[in-house]
Amino acid sequence: MSDVTITVNGREMKGAVEDRTLLVTFLRENLGLTGTHVGCDTSQCGACVVHVDGKAVKSCTMLAVQASGASVTTIEGLADGAELHPVQAAFREHHGLQCGFCTPGMIMTAVDLIRQHGSALDEKAVRDGLEGNICRCTGYHNIVKAILAAAGASQPQQVAAE
Amino acid sequence: MGIEGIGAKVLRKEDRRFITGRGRYVDDMVVPGMKYAAFVRSPHAHATISGIDMEEAKGMPGVIGILTGEQLQGDGIGNLICGWAVSSKDGTPMKMGAWPALAVEKVRHVGQAVAVVVAETQMQARDAAEAVMVDYDELPAVVSAVEALKDGAPQLHPEAENNLIFDWELGDKGATDAAFTNAAHVTRLHIVNNRLVPNPMEPRAALGHYDAADDHYTCWTTSQNPHVARLVMSAFYNVAPEHKLRVIAPDVGGGFGSKIYIYPEEIVCLWASKRTGVPVKWTSDRTEAFLTDAHGRDHVTEVEMALDADNKILGLKVDTVANLGAYMSLFSSATPTYLYATLLSGQYDIPAIHANVRAVYTNTVPVDAYRGAGRPEATYVIERTMETAARELGVSPAELRRKNFIRSFPHQTPVIMAYDAGDFDATLDAGMQAADVAGFEARRAEAQSRGKLRGLGMSCYIEACGIAPSKAVGSLGAGVGLWESAEVRVNPVGTIEILTGSHSHGQGHETTFAQLVAERFGLPVDNVQVIHGDTDKVQFGMGTYGSRSGAVGMSAIHKALDKVEAKAKKIAAHLLEADEGDIVIENGEVKVAGTDKSLGWHEVCLGAYTGHNLPDGMEPGLKEGAFYDPTNFTFPAGCYICEVEVDPETGTTEIVQFVAADDFGRVINPMIVEGQVHGGLAQGIGQALLEGAHYDETGQLVTASYMDYAMPRAWDLPMFDVSTNETLCPGNPLGMKGCGEAGAIGSPPAVINAITDAIGNNDLTMPATPQKVWRALHAVT
Repeated sequence: MSDVTITVNGREMKGAVEDRTLLVTFLRENLGLTGTHVGCDTSQCGACVVHVDGKAVKSCTMLAVQASGASVTTIEGLADGAELHPVQAAFREHHGLQCGFCTPGMIMTAVDLIRQHGSALDEKAVRDGLEGNICRCTGYHNIVKAILAAAGASQPQQVAAE
Repeated sequence: MGIEGIGAKVLRKEDRRFITGRGRYVDDMVVPGMKYAAFVRSPHAHATISGIDMEEAKGMPGVIGILTGEQLQGDGIGNLICGWAVSSKDGTPMKMGAWPALAVEKVRHVGQAVAVVVAETQMQARDAAEAVMVDYDELPAVVSAVEALKDGAPQLHPEAENNLIFDWELGDKGATDAAFTNAAHVTRLHIVNNRLVPNPMEPRAALGHYDAADDHYTCWTTSQNPHVARLVMSAFYNVAPEHKLRVIAPDVGGGFGSKIYIYPEEIVCLWASKRTGVPVKWTSDRTEAFLTDAHGRDHVTEVEMALDADNKILGLKVDTVANLGAYMSLFSSATPTYLYATLLSGQYDIPAIHANVRAVYTNTVPVDAYRGAGRPEATYVIERTMETAARELGVSPAELRRKNFIRSFPHQTPVIMAYDAGDFDATLDAGMQAADVAGFEARRAEAQSRGKLRGLGMSCYIEACGIAPSKAVGSLGAGVGLWESAEVRVNPVGTIEILTGSHSHGQGHETTFAQLVAERFGLPVDNVQVIHGDTDKVQFGMGTYGSRSGAVGMSAIHKALDKVEAKAKKIAAHLLEADEGDIVIENGEVKVAGTDKSLGWHEVCLGAYTGHNLPDGMEPGLKEGAFYDPTNFTFPAGCYICEVEVDPETGTTEIVQFVAADDFGRVINPMIVEGQVHGGLAQGIGQALLEGAHYDETGQLVTASYMDYAMPRAWDLPMFDVSTNETLCPGNPLGMKGCGEAGAIGSPPAVINAITDAIGNNDLTMPATPQKVWRALHAVT
């Protein structure tokens, strides 16, 4: 067992965990922040993405003890009270979610993508940037639109193939 | 229409909780004193069990109990069943082998549950499960359905000689054989429909809670149909009496069919809770999902199509071997029969059809309905055959289809289905226009100049959904009816609750169902709550699958709204001293037509609940229910056109354009419909290019994680060009056909038709991986 201290969504949280405890398990079970999800067991689906010290990280691939001392933002910490984060609002506006299970991780990845590239994002960069996030419901079409909109970038042109 | 009524693009009410991480999925649920379950699973595909040693495991930290199949059987828990009786052509019933929720004597697929450990934490349960020693005596295994039918193959169930579950047929063999004798041309294909794993992003989970104080059971489960789960668990599995069992399917993260069935795990969690005296939660990990969630597809088919000298189809012969896996899952018998062979006419006027289907046991995960359920298999057969025939005959794919389109409705096919309405020319025209088929050859030439190969493929699909008329499916062997229920409760202040037997696990019902009320009474959707998923709150309903929540679920709501409207008008007429026939309800007001006499909707509602001034004999309150039973299947149809660019050096396929022109009848919310099509297309393209569940010859599933099973990712897919035209369905009050599965049904043949066009070799199986495409290309160049 080890003691961990992690600042989560701006609040310092402490816990005692088995060393093998994943960060995602600490968030979900110790802190009750169930917005971060577990969708696979090989670190590929991205449902578990959170921000650790400002960067998108798969919380299923990090031990809670590794995050001790760091600042973690989960999906629950994105909105400012009742005011949605622009990426959250864009996902709703563009119907970028259906069952909602991949959505927290998808949004957290999108926030980081936009932080890195801003309005320079295009369809290809978004699709490449979502390599680590799997969605089974939407076919990604509206997720791409939502992210480009939130980034202030241009939407893909839908013309007959050139 | 109004800004929130039928046909309006209304943003989803339910999004708020999902985008802020406040969805309530089963694994999020916590009850006081909750403990965790882990299952001991067979590592062998086929083995007898001679003993289970749990001494070491029992002594491990946190272990509360370890339970076996013998104890389960001893407590009278029933075996899992298939609920649709399909018989062989000689009249013998299907051979349903025994499937206990925890294996007792034998295991028949890798991953089958043998015992369950209940412990304080999930980690402790898993650690102990690994320490349970099961004594297995391995038996030879068979994974291919075709091989399993042969003499000498390992036998899975004593009931099923040669592993044959049933040998079923549909259509007229004599007429079809005769049609072939007159054929000017016969097209023949060997077709494999690859096994898929549905993989909703939320893994299955169950939380079983027996409350001894109340002698009452609650089960939270990732289900598409909580009432069916309750019925089946009580009536067939004896887990709990139906009236003492509450089943809750809260937010569910996708289903696609895989969450219809009642699996061993939820049965065991409920039972284990009674045995151990604690609430028991189990959550699947992804590998467990691969090894236990019902798989899809897995057909091997020989097809022959006879055409006359004028290129009109004379007849179609189909012989299919369907792999149902180690046990018969709940709807497994219907998927390769009544949901498959009945669609073999496609959009074409085919005078004679005969289909023979043999369903087979193998040492693999049980197979059942997965998005499309039989219709993707049928569409793949017919649309690959049409494209192949066109190439053989030297006519364009569009021309051959137009030559054979059905143009007069209703149209009775030779395979039970009677299509009610459609306009196949319209969707083909729309598809070809949107895809700029006219400009394709120029694009092909341009690609060639860059050293790339372009191809174009189409798929004109029709499917049958909105399942289903209860009498019809009952006569075909279904153990249940397929109607739907709705209750509309108007509150005293005029807001409304819709309680529906449908279940939303991504489809947006909380918004689209509210749109019906907005349309009817002119109330904002924000004044309407849609309640589903809890058997304590909602009366019996059949749930969501088979693209039925619009056509059937909404029709039930429509009927209930009719009753509410009628009563509200009676009350208003009484209060306004007018004729009932002159009362109009719109924009939240109840008026006498042609006058300025009106009441607010809320005033009428309050009047119903105060009861101070109601017509003589009228009961107070304003709450109506309805059950709606469809009169027919519905028949969405469309034209999908796929354009690909293949790199001849690597065999990689890029989809440069995908056009979907669909006809879903009435569209309630175009944004939702487009989303359903996008998701279906992604799954169909996934089947065509990426996905395939692969077993080795010893019965090990070698694609049992995302390392090996290629899920479609954003970079695998293009933006989609999606459009609809509406020929209303005459069968239900809203004219809806349904749209949930069409994308997965129509797309695989469009993709494979395109790639085979690009490489000039028609011999290509799904998934068309780069290696397969490269080999196929180099086999002909």
